[in-house]
Amino acid sequence: MDGALFTNMLFATVVAGTPLIIVALGLLVSERAGVLNLGAEGMMAMGAVAAFAVTHATGSPWLGVLAGLGAGMAMALVFGFLTLTLQANQVASGLALAIFGVGLSAFIGKPFESVALPTVPAIRIPFIADIPLIGEALYNQQALVYFSWALFWAVLWFLARSRAGLVLRAVGESPAAAHAIGYPVVLIRYLAVLFGGAMAGVGGAFLSVYYTPMWMEGMVAGRGWIALALVVFATWRPLRVLVGAYLFGGVMITQLFIQGSGLQIDFPSQFLSSLPYWATIVVLVVISRNPNLIRLNSPASLGRSYRPDA
Amino acid sequence: MLRLEARAEPSRLMSWCSPLLAAVLTLLAGMIIFWLLGKDPLQGLRYFLIHPVKDLYGVSELLLKATPLMLCAIGLAVGFRANVWNIGAEGQFMLGAVGATGVALYFAESDSALILPAMVVAGAAAGAAWAAIPALLKTRFNANEILVSLMLVYVAQLSVSWLVFGPWRDPMGFGFPQTAMFHDAALLPAVLEGTRLHLGFGFALAALAAGYVFINRSYTGFKMRVAGEAAEAARYAGFSARRVIWIGLLTGGAAAGVAGMAEVAGPMGQLTDKISFGYGFAAIIVAFVGRLSAPGIFLASLLMALLFIGGEQVQQYMNLPSSISMVFQGLLLFFLLGSDVFIHYRLRFGRAGA
Repeated sequence: MDGALFTNMLFATVVAGTPLIIVALGLLVSERAGVLNLGAEGMMAMGAVAAFAVTHATGSPWLGVLAGLGAGMAMALVFGFLTLTLQANQVASGLALAIFGVGLSAFIGKPFESVALPTVPAIRIPFIADIPLIGEALYNQQALVYFSWALFWAVLWFLARSRAGLVLRAVGESPAAAHAIGYPVVLIRYLAVLFGGAMAGVGGAFLSVYYTPMWMEGMVAGRGWIALALVVFATWRPLRVLVGAYLFGGVMITQLFIQGSGLQIDFPSQFLSSLPYWATIVVLVVISRNPNLIRLNSPASLGRSYRPDA
Repeated sequence: MLRLEARAEPSRLMSWCSPLLAAVLTLLAGMIIFWLLGKDPLQGLRYFLIHPVKDLYGVSELLLKATPLMLCAIGLAVGFRANVWNIGAEGQFMLGAVGATGVALYFAESDSALILPAMVVAGAAAGAAWAAIPALLKTRFNANEILVSLMLVYVAQLSVSWLVFGPWRDPMGFGFPQTAMFHDAALLPAVLEGTRLHLGFGFALAALAAGYVFINRSYTGFKMRVAGEAAEAARYAGFSARRVIWIGLLTGGAAAGVAGMAEVAGPMGQLTDKISFGYGFAAIIVAFVGRLSAPGIFLASLLMALLFIGGEQVQQYMNLPSSISMVFQGLLLFFLLGSDVFIHYRLRFGRAGA
């Protein structure tokens, strides 16, 4: 492999991994608070369409990303109301959110299907972008790529070092104990869910404003579900989310490069396109094989409703 | 102040009223959406509720749409009752269509009466085989069946696409991604003269009856219910958790596979890359709205079929995207989940203890 190809592939891998990092870190925070939101796919789709519409209308990708963030949060608020206030089943509510979000985004996005956005120029960081091989790939990227790294450090610090993060983890491990000490369990879970929704919205915005930049029904293409799988793969730890997301980005990009390389291999493109989904399954199997690994690392109250006065 | 007070025991009445409440709330929300879009709300409702069923042909189309929903949902309900979350019925539906198409194309020269039964078996087997992957990975490696079954939906869609663009593409089809039309021996006969309603509807009714007996009258069905409602009790009683997972997923896969077969051998008459309109996902909603019971699923399927057809109608007559029916489907499930709070809680005014 020559240097230019390596740089290209690294660049593309980082880009493909970025939405997964942003979404999975958001989901990780809400799961550490004990809330399993399976609606990531729907929140991403809504974030993507809202960001696209606003960017198209205002010409500002920043406002677009903000709109995506808001749309994701609005979706998460619905989920929070159902599961936290009304005590609805988290699995069923998450599925509802996924179906609803995909449907609503298709409905809203219909008029935008033939519209393209201008490509947003990358931000080049002086000097370090000149490093051979990796400089162009890592430091001449979109703003949201840098954001994903900042988010990683922030979540890492928040969960491991901050007092608020400790409280959040306590809520996820034992809501009853956290409540007994006097922490507002439901409020904390709301905040965690909203953060997850906001990040899913930003991840969706990245897809429609920067990555493709266009809107198409079903363009999220399972990334929300892959992000959910990533959190399990990462055993609820931020660093492993980062590694896992780039691993997946690598799988997605490798199959695209093979398809686009014009190599005359006798292998249907559809099978190459299904590689990321198979990879998700393989990764889940590998990590879940050891039941103790999951049991010891998953937040103890994950997926269970908690009602303080019951 | 309004507050929720826990009921001593779940209300049976509310558990059946909740879907009705959800349906009414969905209608109200639908009218608001039409109004927000600057359309006449009553006109919109007419297209959704009355227009589709104004004559016998309309009713037959409704039953036709409800057929795959009934089949997929009753299969899912068996698993959902046991907390086996198969959400990949969409993919199992597609595999069932592929299995049946394989038989139809392979025996394209034959007029044997055995072709249709063979297609049903192939469809059920292919759907079940697709569902066996999450079952195997769950029982053997503890891998989450929600995520695995969902990932396989995308793989199934890509596989169908490969088949109809590649080896199975109709050479006379002007390059469209579709197989040749099936010959008569591979098509399900109509059950109502002059309509498209076919024998698949009979399969759906039979599946509902079988599902009712299995869930409510069989010992295995009882074990599955115990496993879902009280996993600890099921373990104490010695019920095999692995068996529950296998039965839950295979039943769902086989039923969805038959639904896929009925679609290609019924209204479609061929395999195309747009074989499903989200029936497998809609069936999840149907199963919940139908309270995971056969009679409930029958009614919920009709309601959901109405939403599907209504979506096509407003696209045609009111110039709105047909995806509006997906919005309504999602709303229906939201409202159901919200209304379900009244099964376990009652609404009280005033402060606690007052």
